[in-house]
Amino acid sequence: MHEFSICRSLLGQVEALAVEHRARRVTSLKVAVGPLCGVEPGLLERAYSLARCGTVADAAPLIVETSPIVVECRTCGRESAAAANRLICAHCGDYRVELVSGDELILLSVEMECSGAREAEDDAPDARPLAAAGT
Amino acid sequence: MCQTCGCALAKAPAAAAGRAPGRMVEVEVVRALLADNDHRAAHNRAHFDAAGVLVVNLMSSPGSGKTALLEATIKAERERGGAGLRIGVIEGDLETDNDARRIRRHGVPAVQITTGGACHLDAAMIHGAIDELDLAGLDVLFIENVGNLVCPAGFDLGHHQAVALLSVTEGDDKPAKYPVLFRAADLVLISKADLLAHFDDFDPLRAEAAVRGLASEAPVVALSARDGSGLQRWLDWLGARVAENRRRIASGPEAVAVGVGQPGAHAHDGPAHHHVHRRRHHEANRP
Repeated sequence: MHEFSICRSLLGQVEALAVEHRARRVTSLKVAVGPLCGVEPGLLERAYSLARCGTVADAAPLIVETSPIVVECRTCGRESAAAANRLICAHCGDYRVELVSGDELILLSVEMECSGAREAEDDAPDARPLAAAGT
Repeated sequence: MCQTCGCALAKAPAAAAGRAPGRMVEVEVVRALLADNDHRAAHNRAHFDAAGVLVVNLMSSPGSGKTALLEATIKAERERGGAGLRIGVIEGDLETDNDARRIRRHGVPAVQITTGGACHLDAAMIHGAIDELDLAGLDVLFIENVGNLVCPAGFDLGHHQAVALLSVTEGDDKPAKYPVLFRAADLVLISKADLLAHFDDFDPLRAEAAVRGLASEAPVVALSARDGSGLQRWLDWLGARVAENRRRIASGPEAVAVGVGQPGAHAHDGPAHHHVHRRRHHEANRP
């Protein structure tokens, strides 16, 4: 159950972002979890539901995006889908492939509620305003 | 939510009455979830490179013979006299310092990390342990990870090489069952090979085919710490990695920059992280 350690790391990043953007609270977060990253999405969600307690993300749902396993063959150069324990080229059968997608373990985005003032937005070029809360 | 056990108690809406509605913003991050661990691992690797020591992360299920392999390795290197590698060991277990004591009996420095309940070592634990070692006096530092085929795979410790052990008694399909860990290995050792005569359902070729099925070109070497068969191939591999690591460090500070010389490891604008794909790994994840 290393998913709990991963949640603590995730929430550490989220809390730092909330402080940086002077957020009142975090309303949702989105992560990408590939089948080959070693983290089970279901266990991550359950660990997260405990780990978030008492943090700025206390009520924020975790949105988990999974990605397909895709390999590119170094022999024939073509891409194909693959299973986690069968990372071989579907076209020529070679095992000498590169993983193009499938081992991601990434925090993609954080949605948060900031104070009504506009300065926070000006400070944060990466922040995209959404609809005002409650509207 | 209840903060004691996490049960879903009814909760008042977070936007409390009397407070002006805030603005919702979405911040795009695209950063490794384990960026903090990866950053610490890069820091450890800088320590190891400054001392010129090769660090090998040994991973396997419990009881597959990691400590026995280390003991046989220590003995073999000692027999080479002055040419033998100077070895140090960090032992990871949930409880007891039995393994560190076993290693110290051979006159080799060993630091025990007891993780309590934790199922893996992480870079911060390793950083704590290296304070207790004279790294400059070592050629190789082995990190014997917690016996577990799942969790250790996800955590970069700052090591240069990852070695997975698979003992004959475990079955030759383990790489297919635990692909994440075996895919991370630079070398796969089939341990307790002296038992192959008694376990005719274990086929080393099938084990190797399962490793190839993970798109891994890692050498697969069968050995026995007990009767010494196959041990020389392991020692040759180890010696070659030590020499290769020294050449990399000697070739200049650029090469010592975090991650160079390690397949798939690289630094980006954020803290360094470690994964294998060579392209599109950021673009592919942008929403």
